[in-house]
Amino acid sequence: MLHVTDLWKSYPGADGPVAILRGVSLELAAGATLALTGESGSGKSTLLHVIGGLDSADRGTVRLGEVELTALDDVGRARLRRGTVGVVFQQFNLIPSLDVARNLAFQARLAGAEDPAWTAVLADRLGLTAHLRKYPEELSGGQQQRVAIGRTLAVRPRLVLADEPTGNLDEDTGAAVLALMLDLVAETGAALLTVTHSERLAARMDRRLHLAHGQVSP
Amino acid sequence: MIGAGLAALLSHWRRRPFQLLTLLLGLATATALWSAVQAINAEARVSYDRAAAALGPTRRDRIAAADGQPMDAALFVALRRASWPVTPVIEATIPTRAGPLRLIGIDPFTLPPQDVPQVAGAGFDAAFVTPPGQLIAAPATAERLAAADLPPLIAVEGAPPGVAYGDIPTVQRLAGLDGRHSYLTVTGPAPIGQRPLSEITPDLRIEPATDAAGGDLARLTDSFHLNLTAFGLLSFAVGLFIVRGAIGLAFEQRRPVFRTLRALGLSRRTLIGLLVGELAVFALIAGAAGIALGYGIAALLLPDVAATLRGLYGASVDGSLSLRPAWWLAGLGIAMLGTAVAAAGALWQLWRLPLLAPAQPRAWARGSAAALRWQLAAAGGLALVALAAGLLGGGLIGAFVLLGALLIAAALTLPAVLHAALALGARSARGAVAEWFWADTRQQVPGLALALMALLLALAANIGVGTMVSSFRLTFTGWLDQRLASELYVTAETEAQARALETWLVPRTDAVLPIWNVDATLYGLPGEVYGVADHPTYRDHWPLIAALPDVWDRVAAGDGVLINEQLARREDLWPGDRVRLPGWPDAPVAGVYSDYGNPLAQALLGLGRFDALYPEAPRLRFGLRVAPERAGALAAALIDEFGLPPGNMIDQAEIKAFSLSVFERTFTITGALNVLTLSVAGFAILTSLLTLSAMRLPQVAPVWALGLTRGRLARLELMRTALLAALTFLCALPVGLLLAWVLLAVINVEAFGWRLPMHLFPRDWAVLGLLSLAAAALAALGPARRIARMPPAQLLKVFADER
Repeated sequence: MLHVTDLWKSYPGADGPVAILRGVSLELAAGATLALTGESGSGKSTLLHVIGGLDSADRGTVRLGEVELTALDDVGRARLRRGTVGVVFQQFNLIPSLDVARNLAFQARLAGAEDPAWTAVLADRLGLTAHLRKYPEELSGGQQQRVAIGRTLAVRPRLVLADEPTGNLDEDTGAAVLALMLDLVAETGAALLTVTHSERLAARMDRRLHLAHGQVSP
Repeated sequence: MIGAGLAALLSHWRRRPFQLLTLLLGLATATALWSAVQAINAEARVSYDRAAAALGPTRRDRIAAADGQPMDAALFVALRRASWPVTPVIEATIPTRAGPLRLIGIDPFTLPPQDVPQVAGAGFDAAFVTPPGQLIAAPATAERLAAADLPPLIAVEGAPPGVAYGDIPTVQRLAGLDGRHSYLTVTGPAPIGQRPLSEITPDLRIEPATDAAGGDLARLTDSFHLNLTAFGLLSFAVGLFIVRGAIGLAFEQRRPVFRTLRALGLSRRTLIGLLVGELAVFALIAGAAGIALGYGIAALLLPDVAATLRGLYGASVDGSLSLRPAWWLAGLGIAMLGTAVAAAGALWQLWRLPLLAPAQPRAWARGSAAALRWQLAAAGGLALVALAAGLLGGGLIGAFVLLGALLIAAALTLPAVLHAALALGARSARGAVAEWFWADTRQQVPGLALALMALLLALAANIGVGTMVSSFRLTFTGWLDQRLASELYVTAETEAQARALETWLVPRTDAVLPIWNVDATLYGLPGEVYGVADHPTYRDHWPLIAALPDVWDRVAAGDGVLINEQLARREDLWPGDRVRLPGWPDAPVAGVYSDYGNPLAQALLGLGRFDALYPEAPRLRFGLRVAPERAGALAAALIDEFGLPPGNMIDQAEIKAFSLSVFERTFTITGALNVLTLSVAGFAILTSLLTLSAMRLPQVAPVWALGLTRGRLARLELMRTALLAALTFLCALPVGLLLAWVLLAVINVEAFGWRLPMHLFPRDWAVLGLLSLAAAALAALGPARRIARMPPAQLLKVFADER
C-alpha cells in the first residue's frame, strides 16, 4: 500500500545542505503496523512528514496505492492529507477554537466524508462522550491525544502516521492511549506507521525499522 | 545587577525591531497629531494677543457715545479744548475683494507712540496723512489685500495680522464714517482743573480700560479651538491604542524573562523601575519625532486654519508657525503621559505577578469572559456619564464629556458585540471550514480588539464629522440661496451718491432694496443692527426658524424685530420676548432667523424704525433685484454712470462662491485630521495583524496539516480581517450618527450659536465602508501573503518545537 523508494531530503545548514534522508526505501501493506525508531535528529519526523505530504522530498518517490504522492502539487497533497492520510502529532495539534465534537469531526468534514455514527462510536470508544462540548484547553493531555486520534480515524484514512503519539503522556496514560489507537486502527483496516523512541510502543508493532545516518535498517 | 537586567530586557527589542518600530511610530503619530493641533492653537492665541496688544487703545480708558453709536468728531475737538488728553480712534470692518478687512483709524499727532508700537516704529510720513493716505499692515495682510481697491499699503513687519491702520480721514472715507469717530482713548492722567465729562456733553460716557478687543476674539474663537483640541485628543487616543497594544504584547512576550529575572534576584521594584526607565526613553525618542512630525502637519494646516478663522470670526492669524519651547515641552510631556497611560495596566499586572507564575506567555490579550464583563460594565458606566452629561451638563465642556464618554463606551462595548455577532455567524455556519473560520475569527478578537477599537473610533469620528460637515454644507447652500436673494449688491461712496444711485436704479431694476446697518453692542458683545425694506424678497426667502404670525407685517410696521439665531440662543430670546437694542430697550422679537457663519449678534428692523432709531447710520448699500443675466450689464453701467469702483459691486454668485470657499476651508482641518486619524487606525490594524501573524502559526499549521492549502488559508485570513472591519464599521455607523447628532445639536449650538438640521448620507457611508474594508484587507495582505508563501518546513516547525 505504501511504497517509499530511494527518498532523499536535505535542509540548508550553516555549512551547506545537511542531508537528513539518504535514499530511504520502505514498504507497508494495508492493515500492517510499522515502528520507526532512531536517535533524536535522525530524520524520523522528516520521513513521516514527507510520507504524509506535509513536506516534499528532494529525490525519490512515495506511492500510496496508485497515487504517486511525490508527483502531486500543493493542492493534490492537501487533498491527500484530508482524506487518505491521517497524522497524529505528539503535540496533539487540536484546533483551540473548536470544541471536542467539532475537532473530532473536523478532518472528516473537510474531506466531505463525515459519518456521524462512526464519529459517535469513536467518541464513545475513546471515552470522550462526556467532553464533547469542552474546548481543548479544558482537557488533560491524554484526553487531547484521544481527540487527535479520533479526529484522524474519523475520516477512515488508508494510512495513519503517528509522530511520538504517546511522547507527551505519562506511561500509564500512554499505554492506554496506544492500546486504543491500535484497536481502532485495526478496525479501520488502515496501515500504521509510527515514529517513536519508546521500546514498549515499538514492540507492539508488526515490524520495526531503525533510521540512522539517513538510512533505514531492520 | 541593574545593567544585566536592563540588557536582558532590551534584548527583546533587539530581536524584534519591528515591534519597537510599531511602539515608537504609534507614540510618535499620537504625539504628532496632538502637537499639531496644539501648535495651531498656540499660534492663533499668540496672534490674538498680538492683536490685542497692538490695539493699545483698548488697554486705556475710552470715551464713547452713550448709545454705542459712532460719535461726532466735533466732540473730540470739544474735549481737547477742555484739556482732556484724548485721541480719536475709528474701528470698522469693511468688505474688500480679498475678504473683510478690519480698519483702525488713528491720529498720529495725538496718539502716544507706545499704543501701537509696531506701527509707530515704522514712522509715519507725510503720505500717511495726506490724501489718498496710506494703510499700514502686516506683510501677509498687505499681500492678501494687494488686489483690493485700497489706498497704498505699507507692509510693516510686526504689525498685527488682518488689520490695516490708516489716518483718521482715510479710514473715515473707507468706512463711510465721515465726521465721526468710533471712540476716544484717554491717553494720560487728567490735568488739574479738568472739566468733568458730563459738563462738556451728556452724550458720552467713560468705559474703563479692559482687554475687551482681544478678549472678544479669544471668546469667539475659543469654541473653534476647543473643537480642534477635541479632535487632537481623539487622534491621540487612537494612537495610544497602538502604543498600548505594542506594550501589552511586549510585556506578555517577556513574561518568562520577568520571571527569570525575579527568580535570579531582581526585586519587583527594580524590575518595574527598569521597565519604566525603558519606556521613558522610548517616550522621549518618539515624543521628539512626534513633535517634529506635528510641526510639519501644523505648518501644512495652519494657512487653512488661518483662512477659517478669518472667514468665520474675522480673526486674523499669522500663516507662519514658530517653534515655541512651551509647545515642544508640552509635546514631550504628552508623549510621556500617553506612554504612562498606555503602560499602566501592563505595569500593574507585572506588579501583581507572583514569582512562580506560569512562564509560558499567555495568548496575547486573551479576552476572558470576565474581562469582557468588566469592559461592558465600564462601558455601561460611561454610557450613564454620557447620559448625565447630555441631560444635566451644560456648556461646551459638558458636550465634550458627553462625546468622550460616548465614544469610549462604544469602543469598550465593541469586543462583546463582535463576540456576539461572530457567535451568531458560527451558528449559521455549514461545513468544517466555515465553522473553523467563525470560531477562529472569534478567537482572534481579543488580539485585535485594541486595533478594532481604534478603527471604531476613527470610523465613528469620520461618520460623525462627515455627517455634520455634509449636513452643514447642504443647509448652508440652501441658506445662501435664501439669504442672498438679491442678484447684485452695490455700495455707494457717499450718501449723496447713494441717493442718486437709487433714483437711477429704480426704473432699471425690479427692486432696489436699501440695506442700512450700524455696528452696535448687543448684550455686551459686538453686534450689528440692520434696516431692511418691506419686500417679497425678504417675505418669501428670509430663512426664519421661529416667528410670530404676520412676522413681516410686524417688522414693516416697526412693531417687531428679527434677531439672528446666535443672539436668540445666547440670550434665550424667542418670538414674543423683548430684546434690548441701542435706542430701543424693549424691542419685541417677532422672529428668529438662521445666520450661519456670522460670529456677531444681529438684529433686523423695518426701514422706518431703523431710520428713526439710527439717523446717523450710513445709507450706502442696496440689494438690487434684476434678472440674473442682466446683473453683469447693470454693474458695468453703474461703473460707467457713477464711476463706482468695481469693488463696490458684488454679485450674488461672487458672494456665494466666496462664502462656499470659506466654508470648504473651514472644514479642511477637520477633513485632514479625519484622514490622519483613519490612517492611524489603519496602521493600528496593520501592526496588530503583523504581530499576531507570528503567533498565528500554531493555530494555522494544524489546519494546513489536516488538508487546507496555504493559499486557501491566506484567503481566509484576508476574509477574516475584512469581516472584522465590516462588523466594526457596522458598529461605528450608529455611534457616528450619534456623534453627528451631538455635534449638530449640542456642540454647534454651544460653539457657534446655531443648530443645524441633520441629514443622512448613505452613499458617503458606503464609500467609507468600502474604504475601511480596503484598508483592512491591505493591512491583512502582508500576513496573508506570508502564510501563502510560507515554506512547509516552517509550518512543520510548529509540530516539532515545544510550544
